[in-house]
Amino acid sequence: MADSAPKLLVDGKRIDGRALDELRPIKIVARVLNDAEGSAYIEWGKNKILAGVYGPSECIPKHDQSLYRSIIKFRYNMAPFSGLEEHGKSGPSRRSRELSKVLKEAFENIIISESFPKTQIEIYVEVLQSDGGTRCAALTAAAVALADAGIPMKDLPCAVAICKIDGHMAIDPGKEEDNYGESDMPVAFAMRNGDILLFQMDGMLTHEELVQGLQMAKKAAEKIHKIQIDAIRKVYDEPKEERLLLIK
Amino acid sequence: MEIIDEIKKDMLFSFLSKGRRADGRGMMDFRKIVVQPSPLQNAEGSSLVAIGKTQVIVGIKFDIAAPFPDKPDEGILSTSADLLPLASSMFEAGPPSDESIELARVVDRGIRSANTIDLKSFFIEEGKVLALYIDIYVLDHDGNMFDASALAAMQALLCTRLPKIEDGKIVRGEYAGKLPTKDKVVSCTFGKLGDKVFIDPSLDEERGMDCRITFATTPTHICAGQKGGWGAFSYKDIVELSELAIKKGDELRSLLRD
Repeated sequence: MADSAPKLLVDGKRIDGRALDELRPIKIVARVLNDAEGSAYIEWGKNKILAGVYGPSECIPKHDQSLYRSIIKFRYNMAPFSGLEEHGKSGPSRRSRELSKVLKEAFENIIISESFPKTQIEIYVEVLQSDGGTRCAALTAAAVALADAGIPMKDLPCAVAICKIDGHMAIDPGKEEDNYGESDMPVAFAMRNGDILLFQMDGMLTHEELVQGLQMAKKAAEKIHKIQIDAIRKVYDEPKEERLLLIK
Repeated sequence: MEIIDEIKKDMLFSFLSKGRRADGRGMMDFRKIVVQPSPLQNAEGSSLVAIGKTQVIVGIKFDIAAPFPDKPDEGILSTSADLLPLASSMFEAGPPSDESIELARVVDRGIRSANTIDLKSFFIEEGKVLALYIDIYVLDHDGNMFDASALAAMQALLCTRLPKIEDGKIVRGEYAGKLPTKDKVVSCTFGKLGDKVFIDPSLDEERGMDCRITFATTPTHICAGQKGGWGAFSYKDIVELSELAIKKGDELRSLLRD
C-alpha cells in the first residue's frame, strides 16, 4: 500500500489544504425528523449522517429488560449508496456491528439509564454519505439527537479521530488520510471531566505521539462540543413550524 | 394498537362523511411537497422528497454485473426499499419486511414498464452489463410512502450521471454524461373508507382506511398499479381514479427538475 500512497503532506499542508490541527467544516442541525423523538443531521466534511432516537419505551423483547436501568440499543448503518465505490451490501457488516457495539458502550456511560428501569432507549444512525470518520460523526450526531429527545445525560459527548500522516500527528483524517495514513485513532470525550468514552486505534505510534494525538483531539473536541450546543440551542431560539431535512 | 385504530377509523369516518379531512385538505389535494435533487455526491444520483411529514431519500449506484441468462444483452435494474427504524416506531431493524418489499416492487414496476431507462444501453460486452441500483430509504413515515418513494426515485434518475467505463471497469468519481431517461413516471395513491375516496393518505388516514390503490403513470399511460388493504374498490372507482391519476400525476411531474 505504501508504494501507491499519495503524498499526504506538502509544505505543512494536507491534501485538502488543512493544517495539521484543523477540523473539516462541521454543520449540525437538530430536530429534522417528525416521528423520531429526537433527531440530528450532521455534515462533517463530505460525511452526511442522520441520527434518530426513540425512548425510553418498553423494552422488547422482555428478556432484554433490566430491573435496574434502561437498555441502550445502538445501530450504526451505512446506506448502500453512501460510498463512492460499489453498491453496498444490505444487512449489517462485521465492521458496522463492531462500531454499533463500541458506540453503544460510549453512551451507556453517559445516559442516566438508572432512572428508567425496564425500558429501552434506541439510537439509530444512518450514514447517507461517507468520507472517512463516520463513527466520530455518528457519535457526535447521536449525542445531539439524544439531547433533542430530552433523554437525561451526564454530558454531551463528541468524538474526533487522530491520524499520523507522513510522520506527523494530525486530527480528523479524511478518506485518503484514513486509507493511507500510518495510524488512525478515534476518541470520544465526555467534555465536563475529559473522560474517554470510546477509544480505538490501529497503526504504529510511539508513546509520545499517542499523547500528542490525545492532546490535539481534546482541543478539537472543544470546538465540536460548541457546535453541538449551538445546534441544540437553535431548536429553541429559532423554532421552526415544520421539521424538514434539508441537504444542500 | 387495535383500539387506537378503531378510534382513528371513527374519527376519520366522521370527518369524511362531512366531506372534510382532519388536516383541512380537499379530498383530492396532496400535502405540501418538497423535492430536493442531488443532495448526495458519492451516489451517481440522489433525491430527497418530503410529502407532508413523510421524508424519503433515494440513492442510485452503478456496478458492473453479469446479465441475466435470458436477457444477455440487457442491463440490470434493481430496486430495494428500507423502512428505517428511525422513520417510525413501527419499523424494526433487520431483514426487509413484506411492506418494504411491496413498496420497492411497485416503484420498480412503474419505472420498468414505462421503459424510463433503456436497459439495452447498459450492455458493455459479452457477459458484462451495467447494473443500476435504486435504493429507497424512508427517513420519516407519515403515510403514503408509495408516492414519496416513486417521486424521489424519478427525481434521482433525472439527476443520475452515467459512470465512465474503461477496460470494462467503472472509473469511480468520473462520469460520462447524464443517464438518458424517457417518460417521467410518478404515482398517485388513493385511500378509501366506506364510500369515500381521497388522495395521498396520511398515516392517521392509512390506519383508519379500508384499502388503498396506487397508480403509477406517464403523461399518457398507466404503467403500474397496486391495491392494498382488505376493503374493495368499485368498478367505477377504478375507471375514474386511473384517469385522475394521470391528471394528478402531471401536477407531481411539474415538480421534477431535469
